[in-house]
Amino acid sequence: MKKLLAILLGGTMVLHAGLALAAGTVRIGALFSVTGPASFLGEPEKNTLEMLVKDINSKGGVKGTKLELVVYDTQGDSTKAKQLVNKLIKNDKVVAIVGPSTTGDTMAIIEDVEKAGIPLVSCAAGIKITEPVKKWVFKTPANDHVAAEKIFNYMATKKQKSIALLTVSDAFGSSGREQLKTLAKQKGFTIVADEVYGPKDTDMTPQLTKIKGAKPDAIICWGTNPGPAVVTRNVKQLGLKIPLYQSHGVASKKYIELAGADNAEGVLLPAGKLAIYDKLKPSDPQQKVLREYDQSYRKNYNVEASTFGGYAYDAFLMITDAIKKGATTPEQIRSNIEQSKKLVGVSGVFTMSPADHNGLDLSAFEMVRITKGDWELAR
Amino acid sequence: MPIFDQLTQYLFSGLATGAIYALIGLGFAIIYNATGIINFAQGEFVMLGGMFTLSLLGGAGLPLGGAVPVAIILTTVVGMVFERLAIRPLKSATPLSLVIITIGGSILIRGIAMLGWDKDTHSLPGFSGDEPIEMFGASLMPQHLWIFVVTIFVIGCSKLFFNYTVSGKAMRACSYNSRAASLIGIDVRRMVLFSFIISSAMGSLAGIIIAPLTMTAYDVGIMLGLKGFCAAIIGGMSSGFGTVLGGLLLGILESLGAGLISSGYKDAIAFVILLLILFIRPQGLFKKAETERV
Repeated sequence: MKKLLAILLGGTMVLHAGLALAAGTVRIGALFSVTGPASFLGEPEKNTLEMLVKDINSKGGVKGTKLELVVYDTQGDSTKAKQLVNKLIKNDKVVAIVGPSTTGDTMAIIEDVEKAGIPLVSCAAGIKITEPVKKWVFKTPANDHVAAEKIFNYMATKKQKSIALLTVSDAFGSSGREQLKTLAKQKGFTIVADEVYGPKDTDMTPQLTKIKGAKPDAIICWGTNPGPAVVTRNVKQLGLKIPLYQSHGVASKKYIELAGADNAEGVLLPAGKLAIYDKLKPSDPQQKVLREYDQSYRKNYNVEASTFGGYAYDAFLMITDAIKKGATTPEQIRSNIEQSKKLVGVSGVFTMSPADHNGLDLSAFEMVRITKGDWELAR
Repeated sequence: MPIFDQLTQYLFSGLATGAIYALIGLGFAIIYNATGIINFAQGEFVMLGGMFTLSLLGGAGLPLGGAVPVAIILTTVVGMVFERLAIRPLKSATPLSLVIITIGGSILIRGIAMLGWDKDTHSLPGFSGDEPIEMFGASLMPQHLWIFVVTIFVIGCSKLFFNYTVSGKAMRACSYNSRAASLIGIDVRRMVLFSFIISSAMGSLAGIIIAPLTMTAYDVGIMLGLKGFCAAIIGGMSSGFGTVLGGLLLGILESLGAGLISSGYKDAIAFVILLLILFIRPQGLFKKAETERV
């Protein structure tokens, strides 16, 4: 009888320990393209998330709740993303998912998270992700058209009316091209040249020669490195005196390094505030967050923090903020994220609503001019 | 801007890009002629040339004059090791399986490069400054002149080598008929190794001189390799002028196509030409069709 009691007691204790663990930890899933062609996105995102989880757990978790992170690598492959999201939902039983890194991967798994009812905070920028709004899907990068609008507003103040587009022929470029064309029409700009280049192209002088012939007031180039750097060099080579605008896709020091500081002199672009936090007004609400993120990223990985890592930072911020407000189930986390108000993150200040699952506005970007190899706020 | 100036600019841009394709295409042709296989790892030699130079300049702090030869030597060693480990051990493999092995080899080399260096794109300083040069209303970079000079130099050297040296003649003999060549005492396997040495050196040289213009990264070899392959096909896989003309033609058509028709079709133009030539003149544009005696 004593023995039986002991076994029973032991059993309940083990059971209790199990319950305590279950109550004390929350498992968050993440899908990033850590390897493959989009690894420049996935790698800083994974690094950021791991750093943040370690950090918050060492401080005792979110209101005493420890976080457990499960990261899988999609390799930028939508089929893999689809398999892995099911693994996260069914095997790992996560309460929320961060990522994936690319629009393609995200679109592929929306169906699965919607069906399973798990909140997804995507780190991809494509407008299709949150427009139309899907109940369980959020995203942290600002929409491309916000950046495009920033450029057009700036051009309007400089009285530049006719523009030439030079966009890369991948998903980022073609989405940008669409948005630029729609916005140009709305805002009364004329497009006099509409050229594209391949992501691996090494010489854009033919396109730029054609643009030169069309005599635009300004050129807008839309792409991610290294293409825009080649364009910048080619503009200098051809001696074009037309103002060159780049997209937020190159808002990192890497772009200036690749293009060369001399060639990039005077280039204008809408930058996320992370690149320029030390140039912001002290009153800017984001400055503190940006500085802390950049400094701790540098301390952990010895490189400067990137905008892409910032997307994961914001996703983490939304989820932990929802948990902090008392959410424990996926449904509660979802509705808390949707009610986020003035949440200060890296990409901007988020204010979500049932009609807006991105929550960023024009203030997410600042127009900057490259001066002597550094950023300068453009006025 | 008058249309004439535009045309000269398209032409010059095309010639400059075409010279790069030609230089890479030559590497394809040399190995093909000595071994009958198409070495799809040729683009990786181009990448290695640029990346080694970058590391030697930045990491080891060598001057340009020292970094370039060392980078060529290092790439050549990779080419030799590749031949020894991947091509030679297969005694009676068909050319097709060897071609597939070179594709595997290229993926391996690219993977190692990604892990050994990083995934970023890097730029190299121009050999003689970055001030553009005006020429007939078109503008070029000093680096373009380097590319022209080096291409002409390499063509001259390979012409001399294949026509006037014993090794060069022996390699040509292997390309005509390797069995007959071995019967008259030519060591065919050594010639195969030789062809890998020459083409990896040539590929790395191409990679080095274009890096200041096009920048370099672990994955630049894919597209450059394909374009070089196109050039070699247009030229009928000749290890001389045919490939060079093929490269220049490809570059000019791409540039004119992008400028006059639409830049969206730039790559399509290259590959449509490739397909047309494979359909209509598989022996290349500048070669007479071979007649086979029965």
